[in-house]
Amino acid sequence: MSETIVKLPDQATARIPKDNFITRENGLLSWLLTGDHKRIAILYLISITFFFFIGGALAGLIRLELLTPQTDLMATDTYNKVFTMHGIVMIFLFLVPSVPATLGNFFIPMMIGAKDLALPRINLLSWYLYVIGGILVIVTMVTGGVDTGWTFTTPLSTHYVNTNVLSTGLAVFIVGFSSIFTGLNFIVTIHKMRAPGMTWFRLPLFVWAHYAASILMVLATPVVAIAIVLVALERTLGIGVFDPTKGGDPLLFQHLFWFYSHPAVYIMILPGMGVISEVISTFSRKRVFGYTAVAFSSVAIAVFGFFVWAHHMFIMGISNYAVLVFSLLTMLVAVPSAIKIFNWTFTLYKGSITFETPMLYAFGFMGLFTIGGMTGVFLGSSGTDIHLTETYFIVAHFHFVMVGGMLMAFLSGIHFWWPKITGRMYPEKISQLAAVVTFIGFNFTFFPQFILGTLGMPRRIASYPPEFQVLNVFSTAGATILGVGYLLPVLYLIWSLKYGEVAGDNPWQATGLEWQTQSPPLTENFVVQPIMDHEAYDYAWLESQHQSEAETEVTHAE
Amino acid sequence: MNHFSPVISQFLVKWLTNFALFPPEASKIAPQMDALYFFMVLVSVIGLTIVVLLVTAFSILYSKKRHPVAVQIEGSTLLEATWTIIPLGLFLIMFVWGALIYFRVFTPPANAMNIYVVGKQWMWKAEHPGGQHEINALHIPTGRAIQVTLISQDVFHSFSIPAFRVKREAIPGRYTTVWFEATTPGTYHLFCTQYCGTNHSQMTGDIVVMTPEDYRKWLASSTSGMSLAQNGERLFASLSCAACHNSRPDARGPNLAGVYGAKLPLASGGSVTADDAYLREAILNPSQHITQGYAPIMPTYQGQISEEGVISLIEYIKNLDTDYRIQQTLNTTNMLPESEGNAPAAERPTTVKEPVKP
Repeated sequence: MSETIVKLPDQATARIPKDNFITRENGLLSWLLTGDHKRIAILYLISITFFFFIGGALAGLIRLELLTPQTDLMATDTYNKVFTMHGIVMIFLFLVPSVPATLGNFFIPMMIGAKDLALPRINLLSWYLYVIGGILVIVTMVTGGVDTGWTFTTPLSTHYVNTNVLSTGLAVFIVGFSSIFTGLNFIVTIHKMRAPGMTWFRLPLFVWAHYAASILMVLATPVVAIAIVLVALERTLGIGVFDPTKGGDPLLFQHLFWFYSHPAVYIMILPGMGVISEVISTFSRKRVFGYTAVAFSSVAIAVFGFFVWAHHMFIMGISNYAVLVFSLLTMLVAVPSAIKIFNWTFTLYKGSITFETPMLYAFGFMGLFTIGGMTGVFLGSSGTDIHLTETYFIVAHFHFVMVGGMLMAFLSGIHFWWPKITGRMYPEKISQLAAVVTFIGFNFTFFPQFILGTLGMPRRIASYPPEFQVLNVFSTAGATILGVGYLLPVLYLIWSLKYGEVAGDNPWQATGLEWQTQSPPLTENFVVQPIMDHEAYDYAWLESQHQSEAETEVTHAE
Repeated sequence: MNHFSPVISQFLVKWLTNFALFPPEASKIAPQMDALYFFMVLVSVIGLTIVVLLVTAFSILYSKKRHPVAVQIEGSTLLEATWTIIPLGLFLIMFVWGALIYFRVFTPPANAMNIYVVGKQWMWKAEHPGGQHEINALHIPTGRAIQVTLISQDVFHSFSIPAFRVKREAIPGRYTTVWFEATTPGTYHLFCTQYCGTNHSQMTGDIVVMTPEDYRKWLASSTSGMSLAQNGERLFASLSCAACHNSRPDARGPNLAGVYGAKLPLASGGSVTADDAYLREAILNPSQHITQGYAPIMPTYQGQISEEGVISLIEYIKNLDTDYRIQQTLNTTNMLPESEGNAPAAERPTTVKEPVKP
């Protein structure tokens, strides 16, 4: 494992370039009024990290309460608020924007050879909407919280709770628009701003994945906005769309909500899959196996993802034939994910593999996402869904996909592009340790929950029968390990900002256009307009570039 | 253990000797569902093993040290087709197998004994046909198909019995059903698995499965003296339903005898089968459901009758084509045929239904 591809410049002479997007302008206002996609990405990175740790602290409270079978740490009402806020913060304020708003924002323009996103001011507006929504969530939390669950299930949310449903709904509504704007911006940018020679099939798979996710953001998010407006109207004016006593249908809310919230899990996971494609290719020095299949599987997931929402309602009394259709479509959407896993695996075949931190996170992703995906099939099959739905099985499945999958991918991406964003390397050994600690902690936390779910332990409960305790103690113990795994990167990444080694333009010897410019990049990204004259992941091209550079230097020296 | 304080060691012993890894199989459907479950576990383990083995093998064989220069490979249609078709085939098997079980769980046999369960914040109320009420408990016999008709009085709840592998949402304003046949006597968990507000965690109960013999004793000892249908009759009288719904030729409302299960022509055109859901709607929302030939004069009973009240009324109407008094006697005293084991429940309705037709 000692072999590495890291190529750093001579540390004695290397300097961070004087002119870059961070040093170009100074002062708080230059950040708050910026149109630069890279600066906005950093604003996003800081804010989502903040919310991630709030959501994480709430998760810690949940695990602490579940250490014992009784409700002892907090009252059930408090517990209900805690898991509701955990869900809302983690889903709407962390998972949905995580990779797209940070890494996507930063690298999509660079990867396609553009100066910025197509709509820089809309980009900044989307961050402000996110922040307003986020502040509203915090205000909601400190002024009494909300206890509907992140799913806002009617009629509980409309008639039976007297907590801050309206302000939470408003927050989600606003954050939703932030997501729509980001998706819109990506679609326009990818269509209109590609560099000369950058055809669709020369795009990095990261861009394909974001394109697919953006379509979902733009088309699905308005539906949850509508659902939330209806909840607000029902709550304030009693319009009765979801109220059976007025001829309304409570199941209608479920349809509307899941029409967004199922595609939303693909909004969350697709960009993560894009990260994994980049990382696996770079650290095995190989073009992604079956590029076209991986690209189209993203689109297939996005398209099929729209037609599986009712699999959240198999036991809610929708017709048996609807169950058949949605169960079948759910099985179909599992196939492209399986294709991706095998294509990544075979990208390693005959590669030249090294095991830097981003690659370790990517391996973690592959293992955990495989488990998460397979257990999704347990729930998509209508028969077993009856027993497993609404239990800890579904909690475990969701966390394997979202935390084991998406968060691993996010950390992989952060470690992969950190040298490009900041111009500095983080300490390699400790970051590898963090990746391993996260992986172990994760499995300890969430694997016991599959067994608990099979035993029938319902989700969202504060007390449980005593025979479930052993597994819950395991889960809580694992959560503490996981917490350490998440704190470590924050510490050494901040440390690296000042003390890290200078990374140079392309420490990983990666092929993407973003690596062919200085780190941190210029505000304009490139000195000259790049021209794409090769396929994506063309390591031979990179080699020849180096050769010609070396020759030029030799000629200069002579 | 001696090194620890006695409290801790006691705790550890208790803890390690009393924990579960797999739920008991206490219904007919449970082994069938578990077969599919373990098939899926097997496929997952094999799939995961393949991925892990390949990643490990490639990582060793093609590490930079052993394999300094990568060989570029574009892809392989054959390989990619393989890992598209094999998972697809397996997923389709799981789909068909799962659908078969799903239809079995939600298609009750015709002879199932119906028990109404009303969910409300935060308790389960069971109404047995013989008039027995229970809260957060449900007593049932082994060897008999039991249909549970669920409704919620307020928010969504979910009626879950892990040991039976069944679960169904209790929805406000709509009946849903689930059925099961218990096989092993014992006490099992009943959970509410749909988050329903403050005391969701406490909305649990016991499913008590008894031998037919014990069940008969339980029925006799916990009867309230009035069957569900008799409760319904009383309510029917107190709400003066019979003022219109009677058998006189000038009756302002349709005669309800024999209405249950019949196909009714509607004033708005079309027709409808008078099942539980229709009768409930017709009581609470009558103007939407006028039977052909009658004026829309029935007032709504929305908000005036509890869900249990509606259930009693429906049970009364259901029994109007039989003599429910006879049935009541059967229900509370010897509802189960003498030799439970070999006389299937299907015989009961025939013996009861035949004698009287009012």
